[in-house]
Amino acid sequence: MMARTLDQLEPNQDGIISLVKAGPELVRRMSALGIRPGRRVQVIRRAPLGGPLQVRIGHTDLMIRREDAARISIDNGLLS
Amino acid sequence: MKRLALLGMPNTGKSTFFNRLTGAGARVGNWPGMTVDLLSAKILLAGDMVEIVDLPGIYNLHGFSDDEQVVRHFFASQPVNGLVVILDATQLDRQLALLLQLKTLGLPLTVMFNMADEARQLGIRIDHEKLAAELAVPVSLISAKYGQGFGHVRATLEKLLREHPHPGQADSQALNQDQDIESELDRIISDSVTTPVTLPPNLSQRIDRLFLHPWFGLPLFFLCMFGLFQLVYGIGTPLQDGTGWLLDQLKSAVLEPALQNAPNALRSFLIDGLYNGVGTVLSFLPIIVVFFIVMAVVEDSGYLARAAWLMDAVMARMGLDGRSFVMQLMGFGCNVPALMGTRIMRSRGLRLLTMMVIPFSLCSARLQVFLFFSGAVFKPFAAASVMFALYLTSFLMAFLTALVWRGKYRSHEPLLLEMPPWRFPTMRQLLAQAWQQSGHFLRGASGFIVAGVVMVWALTHYPFGIPPASPATLAGRLADWMSPIFAPLGIDRLLSITLLFGFVAKEIVIGSLAVIYGAGESRLAGLIAQRLDWVQAMSFMLFTLIYTPCLSTVAVLKQESKSWGFTILAVAWPLGLAWLVSFLFYQGARALGW
Repeated sequence: MMARTLDQLEPNQDGIISLVKAGPELVRRMSALGIRPGRRVQVIRRAPLGGPLQVRIGHTDLMIRREDAARISIDNGLLS
Repeated sequence: MKRLALLGMPNTGKSTFFNRLTGAGARVGNWPGMTVDLLSAKILLAGDMVEIVDLPGIYNLHGFSDDEQVVRHFFASQPVNGLVVILDATQLDRQLALLLQLKTLGLPLTVMFNMADEARQLGIRIDHEKLAAELAVPVSLISAKYGQGFGHVRATLEKLLREHPHPGQADSQALNQDQDIESELDRIISDSVTTPVTLPPNLSQRIDRLFLHPWFGLPLFFLCMFGLFQLVYGIGTPLQDGTGWLLDQLKSAVLEPALQNAPNALRSFLIDGLYNGVGTVLSFLPIIVVFFIVMAVVEDSGYLARAAWLMDAVMARMGLDGRSFVMQLMGFGCNVPALMGTRIMRSRGLRLLTMMVIPFSLCSARLQVFLFFSGAVFKPFAAASVMFALYLTSFLMAFLTALVWRGKYRSHEPLLLEMPPWRFPTMRQLLAQAWQQSGHFLRGASGFIVAGVVMVWALTHYPFGIPPASPATLAGRLADWMSPIFAPLGIDRLLSITLLFGFVAKEIVIGSLAVIYGAGESRLAGLIAQRLDWVQAMSFMLFTLIYTPCLSTVAVLKQESKSWGFTILAVAWPLGLAWLVSFLFYQGARALGW
């Protein structure tokens, strides 16, 4: 199994969140928005010019900058 | 007094629910974190007056944002009879976590699953009886927007009040500790909510494919905004003219005959000062109402959140983020609500930098001055290019300001925002919002504008008995005193007086020009064209664009930043910048022999 981070997923790829590497406040905010280990996340599209990602978790669409997405480790969901 | 608290995550329709329940007009916006101040209203339930308190939307009872602290403070200090928890039925998978946290407070509660209609359309089936049994709380399915299920809501609340007639305090232990509720959450969800693995490719996603297109997304957005401003002007201007006409009729038919025998100074004060001052505010009301309705449509539809997404990459390079851009755009209508909109930002640095940038947005009041001047001095084709150049300058100045000051107002706030599904705003919501926002504007700004216009009147009319704004008046002497500052910009002493008035409100610039030149607005254009060449006119417009938008903006800058130091900087910096840009332009153009 290949370990990747959320910002490395291509649009329309998905995976299971395995780890969120961030401070306690950010981890809490992400968790409240559904970004926590065990949840399936899908990248919908990327904004142009290196802009934020649009990701879908459950029924919620979120925007998240690529640098913050890089803190989120993903298990390769394509094989599961 | 019995008290019920409304609580839920941001953007779940909590304020819409509050409006429908109480009939009051709380602010409703499809933008996470819109309700900031505590709104409350009293209604009759089960034979008693009951106070309904609309708490700010929060994601987590234990978080550290301002809103989350407000809610904790509320529960620590205020006894309540019960909690009404509003959850978005389309997002139960993460919204139930908040409910489980709230249950630990030990207060009686009832749950409303809002947007039940949207959930059904998305194919989400909720077994709400099983869920109510699992959670051991009463559950109702409603649509706050369309009113479905509302007949049942009052009965549910009355039942809760009858069962718990005495207000109780929240368990203070629960406010301080964070429990592991996630495993419980996942179990409840998988038992009672069935959701399709992938949502049916619905309309919202098809609209996204167009509006968030990597190449067309941004141009399309600018085109939409341009169209909306056209619409605001198309609808608002005739209404404004009509209001002005009505006010004129009232003046000549009622006010002037009534004051015929009053002393000259008193009559001049009441008519030229007060009445015209209040009239200025009133005649702008229609355009402001239309503007707020149009902005409400954009906001409630979910487009603003998407604009933030599209522009974030550009804004991040200037120390701002996508939300700053959205507020900047709102500033093109009126800077005041845009400044208030920065409340959604948690990081103070980011918020202050955004507040510094917004006043450069070419608002509708300044637009009026520029339309008049460019129409008077330039030929039609050139006038359009001049307007375009002014809009460009507006963005350039904003970006320059952000680049200069981003070091002082640093932020590392991650941009984590919901992108809500596209929604149709309802008429009821739009009218409530327009009514409330316009009322807010009138209460907030009218005092300033009336005081400003009275001041203009005093400066240009005292001492009495000489022509208004002539050299011997206070304004004339002030202009002499300021001439060393404005002469290098090619701005003559009469125009410098209007800049002084423009500090109060750009709305009165053209009007005060008419007083100073002693000409009606129709003859004024010809007079301006005679007295100014295009370089002088352009220099005047650049200065008008860049320096302080109006006193209301200054008041809001102070009110929102709660810092005199910041407010002074936010006034002084644009003043200096305005002088420098006009100076460089004027002297440069003259040096080139224009």
